[in-house]
Amino acid sequence: MRREVPLIITAVVGVIFVIQYFIPHAPFNQFNSWFSDWFAIIGACAIWLGALNLMRISADKIYRRRSGWGYAAIIIASFLLIATIGFAGGSQFRDPGTGFDWLYTWVYSPLSATMFALLAFFVASASYRAFRARNLEATLLLLAAFFVMIGRVPVGDAIGSFIHLPESLMPSKITIWIMGFINSAGQRAIMIGIALGIVSTSLRIILGIERSYLGGD
Amino acid sequence: MDTFGIWVAAFLTLGIISFLYRDNPWYKVCESIFVGISAGYWFVTLFYDNILGLFWRGVTSPDPHYMLLVGAVLGFMMLLRLVPPIGWISRWPLAFVVGATAGLYIINYFSSNVMLQVQSTLAPLFSTKFGQPIFEASLYDTIGNLVIAGGTFTGLVYFFFSKEHKGVFGGAARIGIWTIMITFGASFGYTVMSRMSLLIGRMEFIFGDWLRLIR
Repeated sequence: MRREVPLIITAVVGVIFVIQYFIPHAPFNQFNSWFSDWFAIIGACAIWLGALNLMRISADKIYRRRSGWGYAAIIIASFLLIATIGFAGGSQFRDPGTGFDWLYTWVYSPLSATMFALLAFFVASASYRAFRARNLEATLLLLAAFFVMIGRVPVGDAIGSFIHLPESLMPSKITIWIMGFINSAGQRAIMIGIALGIVSTSLRIILGIERSYLGGD
Repeated sequence: MDTFGIWVAAFLTLGIISFLYRDNPWYKVCESIFVGISAGYWFVTLFYDNILGLFWRGVTSPDPHYMLLVGAVLGFMMLLRLVPPIGWISRWPLAFVVGATAGLYIINYFSSNVMLQVQSTLAPLFSTKFGQPIFEASLYDTIGNLVIAGGTFTGLVYFFFSKEHKGVFGGAARIGIWTIMITFGASFGYTVMSRMSLLIGRMEFIFGDWLRLIR
């Protein structure tokens, strides 16, 4: 019951999704529409599960006065603030001028953008330590990264003009060539490799050979 | 209200940037706010979009779609994960999601990431397209076509681990790893530039919108 039913559900749903590509007629095309809707509803419930679990873990941390419980209280307060404002706003909750929109514009967006911007420093710091031209492969990686970075800013071509490089050897042109040809070739090889891996793993899942997603017990 | 918003955004932006000095309480407060606000944002948005908008309106419309109830039951089963004694029931909706994703990916990935990519790679080397005379393409395009065909093939050879990388096969795999390293370098440079543009955006906010030092 705990393992057999999920395996049957996975196999049946997986096979139906494959069949509907080959027989896009009733009833298989109808299955596709139903499954897409169910997928969206389950996805929303999965996000709810994550959010509610976050609240439970944070509340437990506060109750037990564990280290950093004050930050857990801030998580709960922030969550309750935006959830209350959002639900109080009704179906027009995110219209311009609402409290939800204000929180999105002045809290969520700046925090999200700054979090990702912070990665620029970490990437720079990591590359300083890791980018040593120790062998040919590392040198190629270093040079490709250098040309892509310098070729995408005006100073790259300015330096090229200053040292009288021919037009075809300007950093911006080298960047276009790297991105258009070598990068395309590498990306294709990686994409084809990943796709073949996904197809074989999906087959293993549908056939019930791969069961790790069910967890223990 | 916008002025207050700018001050709040500046406080939060500087709080996150303060992590560059070291982990500190200001950063942790901003991080906790980000976690709580993100969770709440998606909690509310998905309620209105998927649960109210898709499920409830679908079931209560004049032409009700009762099959949506199955999705709701599966969604409810997912939430039972929060009740440990019957948490195993959440495997059923999870199995549905895994099965649907597997079924979807088998065809989608095979058609778009294998067939289409192979088709795009199998292009004329010395002309711009099929039917054109040989050596019609420029030297620039010809070298590019050779790089794409050779780079893709040798890259795939590198990923083939069922045969030892020795001899001609090893030579091809070596060219493949060069192609892949250049790809990684290009991807790295591209990522750095996108993060830099985000950082520039935040600096423009701090020095422009907030401090009004730049216009």
